[in-house]
Amino acid sequence: MIKLENISKKFGQTTVLKDINIEFLPEKTYAIIGSSGAGKSTLLRCINLLEKPTEGKVLIDHVDLIKEKTQLTKIREQIGMVFQNFNLFAHMSAIDNVAFALIKVKKMSKVEALKDATLQLDNVGLSHRLNNFPHQLSGGEKQRVAIARALAMHPQSILFDEPTSALDPEMTQEVLKVIKQLNHIGMTNIIVTHEIKFAQEVADYIVYMNNAEILEVTPTQEFFKKPKTQRAQEFLSNMI
Amino acid sequence: MKIDFTKIAEYIPYMMGGIWITLQVAFATALIGSIIGLLLSFAYRRKGWMQNLTMFWVDFFRGTPLLFQLMLFHYGLPQITGWVPTPYVSAIVVFSLNSSAYLSEILRAGIESIDKGQIEAAHALGVSNLDISFSIIIPQALHNVLPAIMNEFITLVKETSVVSIISLQDIMRRQAIVSAATYRFFEPILVVGLMYYVLNKILSYLGKILERKISYDKA
Repeated sequence: MIKLENISKKFGQTTVLKDINIEFLPEKTYAIIGSSGAGKSTLLRCINLLEKPTEGKVLIDHVDLIKEKTQLTKIREQIGMVFQNFNLFAHMSAIDNVAFALIKVKKMSKVEALKDATLQLDNVGLSHRLNNFPHQLSGGEKQRVAIARALAMHPQSILFDEPTSALDPEMTQEVLKVIKQLNHIGMTNIIVTHEIKFAQEVADYIVYMNNAEILEVTPTQEFFKKPKTQRAQEFLSNMI
Repeated sequence: MKIDFTKIAEYIPYMMGGIWITLQVAFATALIGSIIGLLLSFAYRRKGWMQNLTMFWVDFFRGTPLLFQLMLFHYGLPQITGWVPTPYVSAIVVFSLNSSAYLSEILRAGIESIDKGQIEAAHALGVSNLDISFSIIIPQALHNVLPAIMNEFITLVKETSVVSIISLQDIMRRQAIVSAATYRFFEPILVVGLMYYVLNKILSYLGKILERKISYDKA
């Protein structure tokens, strides 16, 4: 269970997050949407403390992540993350990218880790790319390796930070297809995205953010019928 | 006076013996200097006194002549400490410290050339800081700055010639000794130049091989 309590984040004088309160229920998919600069990515990055909130509590399975510093790496292990710019390790082949944390964090043997990594890459349709380096892969392939890397850890939840924003429409579809498949394997998915149609298809809940605040958390069907807030209605009508 | 290598022929093995000394100083320095340089480049990333110390270290060793540093350590410090180091020890200590300053700057550039995203990705996977340093940062930093490091090592081999000033019997010092014995300068100096040239040719060749070996981004 992921819970944010009274989270604020300031960069200097700029407030990026203002008193955020939200609980992400297990095994549900959340799409965080809203205009650029609304604080969506920062919110996501606060969950695994890549960004440290200025105020508030981040509770993961009732552990206060900011206070319990010793728990941080242990808990991060259970929260996968996929980035806009893929962030693959440039000096490692696809299979090593996936196996790396299995060896270093999960302490698996090299043989086991490589076997697992092969399986994960196969699941995202990249069994023919095992030994290619990131610079030899297309954007869509890179992102699929990144997804395989996150999934290999068998996390309880996974954070997607605009996973398709750096991709062309065709690659976007290939990555979205992979993410959709994850929807039913019992993880909490939290996805920051600008792909409204995709959000509508995969999410159980829409989190609408504007101006550093969460304006509403609404079940997806309801949201697309009629958002609760005026601002979200405007946002949606601009989109469709 | 005509050029006549036969006059110094018998001294050539003696001069070549200096290669061994030169290489010893260069290798020891490259090794110790790299380790200290790496520590410095990581220390620099910590804000506060560690960064200040690193900056002072780099400023001092880059801002003063190597010859001054050598004189200070070999002739200056014994007066205060009472400990008289051998020329060999002085050479290795001073060159190592000097080289660490240059190498730390090169390595720092290498570390800064790695995009932060990869480090964030490793953190997000729960990888420890130590593993991130050794498995993500250092391999890529080395790869990115290897040509600059090789350049520093080649410079190092040449700069060790300064140790002749504290009577260490390296290649350069032996030339002076041969010249004094034979009254000939052109030939021994030429031989010395050739030795440095060949040494560095081999070194840069090894560097190229290494570069090719650890390259991962050239298709």
